[in-house]
Amino acid sequence: MPPDFISNLYLFVLAGFVGFEVIKRVSPLLHTPLMSLTNALDAIVVVAAIIIAGRHESLLSTTLGAIAVAASFSNMVGGFFITDRMLRMFKTGRPQK
Amino acid sequence: MSSIALQQLLDFAFIAAVALFILALRWLSSPITARRGVLAGEIGAALAVGATLLNPELIQYRWIVIALIVGAGIGIPLGMVHMTAVPQRTALSHAFGALSAAMIGIAEYYVGVPHVTRFQMGEISLEVIIGSLTFTGSLIAAGKLQEILPQRPIVYMGQNFVSLSALGAALLIAIALTVDPNRTMLFPIMVGVALIFGVLLVTPIGGADMPTVISLLNSYAGFSAALLGFVLNSKVLIVAGALDGSSGFILSVIMCKAMNRSFTNVMFGAFGQVQASTSVAAETRTVRSASPEEAAAILAAASKVVIVPGYGMAVAQAQHKVRELYDVLTKKGVDVKFGIHPVAGRMPGHMNVLLAEADIPYDHLLEMDDANSDLPQTDVALIIGANDVTNPAARTDSGSPIYGMPILDVDKARTVMVIKRSMSPGFAGIDNPLYYLDKTLMLFGDAKAFVGDIVREISGGGHH
Repeated sequence: MPPDFISNLYLFVLAGFVGFEVIKRVSPLLHTPLMSLTNALDAIVVVAAIIIAGRHESLLSTTLGAIAVAASFSNMVGGFFITDRMLRMFKTGRPQK
Repeated sequence: MSSIALQQLLDFAFIAAVALFILALRWLSSPITARRGVLAGEIGAALAVGATLLNPELIQYRWIVIALIVGAGIGIPLGMVHMTAVPQRTALSHAFGALSAAMIGIAEYYVGVPHVTRFQMGEISLEVIIGSLTFTGSLIAAGKLQEILPQRPIVYMGQNFVSLSALGAALLIAIALTVDPNRTMLFPIMVGVALIFGVLLVTPIGGADMPTVISLLNSYAGFSAALLGFVLNSKVLIVAGALDGSSGFILSVIMCKAMNRSFTNVMFGAFGQVQASTSVAAETRTVRSASPEEAAAILAAASKVVIVPGYGMAVAQAQHKVRELYDVLTKKGVDVKFGIHPVAGRMPGHMNVLLAEADIPYDHLLEMDDANSDLPQTDVALIIGANDVTNPAARTDSGSPIYGMPILDVDKARTVMVIKRSMSPGFAGIDNPLYYLDKTLMLFGDAKAFVGDIVREISGGGHH
């Protein structure tokens, strides 16, 4: 077992609990934007893809890395974009209008 | 700058990104702060990507730049889709996320072999299996939602046996690889079997179960990213993946509770062509129908109306007409609220987004429990394109397949109106006794056209 595994496992468990506590408080009203936002955050996988594509170890790894960069970056760009578009639509009836 | 100092700087950028991601989700708890959350997420992601581009391990930028441009070229149009297409866009983005995680895992294997340890091999196998099955499963879900593929459940004899055998085979190959990571022949077979399992897993699931399936796929996509974080020893991936995975998991639990079903029942239940006999018998029972004029007169005379939207409203693109109805009724002093069932539509929160797009203030959108406490004091419950979520058999008929599912108690309102194309049963094929009640008026027709007719009657009636 590599030495980092245990500390990574700690991190995973703690992050899972933080996620649980934070996301539990998101109103059902915003469950669709929640899903598109977490999708955009999850697209942080792009950082690993960039390393694989840029280390230039073999043609295969560069190709797979480049596909991964394109797929995850499209999620990042599209995810933030659509989440913001959706959230702009949620308005209260009271103040203006 | 020395490379160690640079490495530390990169780590700080990642830590800041992680903190911003948690704040982003925290601010999403209320519509007032939610857009700030998106900004926090964007800053975090930009920091992490910017820091990574400075990484000294990078030798060649050409493919990175091309791939980033291609990604933006795909992502921007996918971010601009119409709100009715959001469920399929979401399924497609789960597919992309899983594809990315699977590709990186596969690349790690081929770069590492023959120096991959057994422990790493176990991690990579698990990660690649989950990533691959989520990729194809999400593509099938997106195809069903886009109606490229049939939305009804596709079932055949021995289906669960075939599906579980595929999963079992993928896991057995993973174990064989973990025992000896140098059996490179087995690796592509494992990936292929996992891809097939994803198809088998989602194909039998019907449209009405999509909210649960999308949430589960969301969860898998997140956990595959977290597992990838273990493979690459990348803490930012572990945290982001754990956040996404737990979000999808919570949503799946909420969706399952809202349907009173278990995960296994959704994934392997092949709900669908039950109750064919009762729905045939039902056709002989009488229903009362009404014209747009009659419906308009009743709505205009009401003091409190609760509108219950469902997937049918989205299909008919009726949300803007519904908004006009909301406007004319509000102008007449009628209190109009919307009762939103958690599984109405094709993904969690689908109805809220459609109604918000039509400019209906979100403080008029009630969650199920709030709507249920209002319904007994409501004059008219108007159901537009919803079916099973209003079916009182869920409360009363222990033989019904949806018995025990929490529903919107529309039958407690003084009058119930149902806009529906015909008497054919909904997706789940379950007959709805609501339609035969004395207080129920069936409004037969296209949701958009019918609501438009009601609006014309009410606004026209005001000028007489």
